[in-house]
Amino acid sequence: MAETSFDIIIIGSGPGGYVTAIRAAQLGFSTAIIERDYLGGICLNWGCIPTKALLRSAEIFHYLQHPKDYGLSAEHVTYDPGAVVKRSRAVSKRLNDGVGFLMRKNKVAVIWGEATIEAPGKVAVKSVATPAPKGALGAGAYQAKHIIIATGARPRVLPGLEPDKKLIWTYFEAMVPEHMPKSLLVVGSGAIGIEFASFYRTFGADVTVVEILPQILPAEDVEISAFARKQFEKQGIKILTGAKVTKLDKAADSVTATIDTGKGTTQTLTAKRVISAVGVVGNIENLGLEKLGVKTERGAIVIDALNRTNVPGIYAIGDVAGAPLLAHKAEHEGVICVEAVKGLKPHPMDKRLIPGCTYCAPQIASVGLTEQAAKENKYDIRVGRFPFAGNGKAIALGEDQGLVKVIFDRKTGALLGAHMVGAEVTELIQGYVVAMNLETTEEELMHTVFPHPTLSEMMKEAVLDAYGRVLNI
Amino acid sequence: MPVNILMPALSPTMEKGNLAKWLKKEGDKVKPGDVIAEIETDKATMEYEAVDEGTLAKIVVPEGTPDVPVKTLIAVLAEEGEDVKAAAAAAGKGAAAKPPPPKPAGTAPSAPMGAAAAVHASPAAQAVPQARDPRAAPPPPQARSSQREQRQETPVARPNRVFSSPLARRMAREAGIDLGRIQGSGPHGRIIARDVEAAKSGRGIMAPAPPAAAPGVQAPADEKIRALFEPGSYEAVPHDNIRKVIARRLLEAKLTIPHFYLTLDCRIDKLLAAREEINAAAPKDKDGTPAYKISVNDFVIKALALALQRVPDANVTWTEGAMLRHKHSDIGVAVSIPGGLITPVVRHAEQKSLSIISNEMKDFAARARARKLAPQEYQGGTSAVSNLGMYGIKDFYAIINPPHASILSIGAAEERAIARNGKIEAAHMMTVGLATDHRAVDGALGAVLLNAFKALIENPVMMVV
Repeated sequence: MAETSFDIIIIGSGPGGYVTAIRAAQLGFSTAIIERDYLGGICLNWGCIPTKALLRSAEIFHYLQHPKDYGLSAEHVTYDPGAVVKRSRAVSKRLNDGVGFLMRKNKVAVIWGEATIEAPGKVAVKSVATPAPKGALGAGAYQAKHIIIATGARPRVLPGLEPDKKLIWTYFEAMVPEHMPKSLLVVGSGAIGIEFASFYRTFGADVTVVEILPQILPAEDVEISAFARKQFEKQGIKILTGAKVTKLDKAADSVTATIDTGKGTTQTLTAKRVISAVGVVGNIENLGLEKLGVKTERGAIVIDALNRTNVPGIYAIGDVAGAPLLAHKAEHEGVICVEAVKGLKPHPMDKRLIPGCTYCAPQIASVGLTEQAAKENKYDIRVGRFPFAGNGKAIALGEDQGLVKVIFDRKTGALLGAHMVGAEVTELIQGYVVAMNLETTEEELMHTVFPHPTLSEMMKEAVLDAYGRVLNI
Repeated sequence: MPVNILMPALSPTMEKGNLAKWLKKEGDKVKPGDVIAEIETDKATMEYEAVDEGTLAKIVVPEGTPDVPVKTLIAVLAEEGEDVKAAAAAAGKGAAAKPPPPKPAGTAPSAPMGAAAAVHASPAAQAVPQARDPRAAPPPPQARSSQREQRQETPVARPNRVFSSPLARRMAREAGIDLGRIQGSGPHGRIIARDVEAAKSGRGIMAPAPPAAAPGVQAPADEKIRALFEPGSYEAVPHDNIRKVIARRLLEAKLTIPHFYLTLDCRIDKLLAAREEINAAAPKDKDGTPAYKISVNDFVIKALALALQRVPDANVTWTEGAMLRHKHSDIGVAVSIPGGLITPVVRHAEQKSLSIISNEMKDFAARARARKLAPQEYQGGTSAVSNLGMYGIKDFYAIINPPHASILSIGAAEERAIARNGKIEAAHMMTVGLATDHRAVDGALGAVLLNAFKALIENPVMMVV
């Protein structure tokens, strides 16, 4: 007789859900996780990870196209879209298996099916068509004192831009192209849109990005966004900002978009494929939330600082619990959530300190307030900048286009934000994140010895620049 | 989940207390509001009420234990339906640390035990009982457990070190706030920027730590002092809490307040006559006990309260940021008790009649001797009276008791020969000394206050005006 009663049941096994399950098991809770599609959720299977695999192929392809820059030669360099996609899928499969292993290792029960919360403490699971992993429990009635909703999000659908999965793609289709389209229209310039634009451009597609807001990567600092835009345009990506796709007319193997340029004119553009990347919305439906009276707001579940919903015993973490929609935010929320259930008094998350990364070429990484936001919040600020062109390692790498920018509170020396564009910055940003979490001031950062020669030296130089002490420019 | 019962902070300045008595045994049922223990604090014995319902699973600190630091685990409560034995075994582990009840005014906000250890800056304040004493046993094993989940409860004794973020340190320095006074809310009780922000607006700030003796006036070590005496020629009597508090507070007052002294002789013939008349007229109950018996000191309290109202500039408290000008005259009255003294405060004394003041003082004095005064009864106040007249002392100057800006010292009422209009005559005289905090009350202002007092005490009729 299989167990049907647990201390904690988590609905959804994405990065938020499965990490929460492991932490719950570590804390001694009997834990179950419910999944209907893939262990690891979108992130591992259709999001963060497989796109990084695709982008890695693109990056290497890019280098192979410019071997002379490094004194090398390579001829007849080609690519096989099928093999590129296959590699990406294999990466996902490996991690997907890894989550299964982690569940077994931590004695977390996996329940396969679609969950509905019938009442606080009660979850009904219906069977689904997707194949269950070995050892998973099936449909039935389950009980748990604490139910954590971690159902994630899905692509937002705008009227008139409904994806048909053939000509108009979401990230699902964009991740497994049968062949590289000759031309591509990307609607939306957030992380997802820009990463696909970068990927397809590298493989030769004629890419146009349309963004409704005045800048691409709207969440980023204006200066960083402008810098990135210049780089993208140099690569041949066409960018229309402040513009809106009003209509898509589908032909047999192409789509013609009508675009309101925002300047009182309209233009049409025909592309082989369209990627709709206009954001994501929380998966709040069919969970029984309305019946339970769980409060939701604009497609997300409303939670307090410790991820409790308004209904006792029901919690929400990750994308379904609102912005920022990031896997690392979901993971941390999950940890806080179960630690609070355990009575450990975890510190609520400071959302200002969650870094964001975009893996296009050049990469973008940031944490904290942008310069505009700092000014809007009435901070008297000091801004420091350092260009990649002043860094030895960057030049040696052949990556001398980039910028590191830091924003300090003039009064206290608190680091308010850090913004970077350029090679490998997604791996650098954590240094500033740690600094901000520890509440360091410019003084400690200036006293820290950074290794030479590394890209990280630019992080210190930017701090020095904010205080008029920059060395290498 | 078992509830950890921690040593409560029954007053803002309390750092440790004696666990005088357990009123519940292990296995006893406890309801919210039940008195479970008596805690002997700095100056009083307080009853400790339960806030949760359950069964007292384990007493961790036995009764009669002295100097238990605030927030030390003293007992574990098993909540309803919980296994009492399991709860007892889990003592101090995963159990939720229940903050002490926030009953007395000004109790510092709760924080995990680890926080207490790190934040109370003084080397004395460690979460491990008696860790101050170098001879004390090492901390119990539970305090050293490596289990990760305990990290927030596990005190790590780090004398003198206040954990704080660089940003918090800078903000505190700029705001002129001693980090030792701030309650940390970061990991392991680390003081972070928001704690300093809160402290700047007066939240989560604790009373100043005892000032470290300034360089040059470093108190000699105990051993050096003992070495001056023949071994066996003295008996070393350990300090009780009250002695330590008196020593700390008076040293702090005398070191930090620039005292300025003024003296006046007051002729109190009229006062003595009035007192006799008033007391003779007191209605008596069926046992023949009068409804009141006004003392000279009661007149002094009233006269000082009224004098402060007439000279409002002197009814103040010095703070670094601003002068606090008080609306009422709250008069502390030094009461000698076995082993020390305490100053209960007669609030709004300017509005109270002599008989009310008198009866209030009798009640205060009786409860002070039984050490049953509540902290709010002896904290605060705007000025104070100290009277050694009953010992025949002619004049003296008491030490100002912060947050007061002055203290009036009353000498003996005695018959003296005085010269008046070229003739010697006998009069009842009383010498009063006024010590003022010169930061707040300048010499001339103190003189005006003392003259206002003299006018009232010499003509008690004026107190009725």
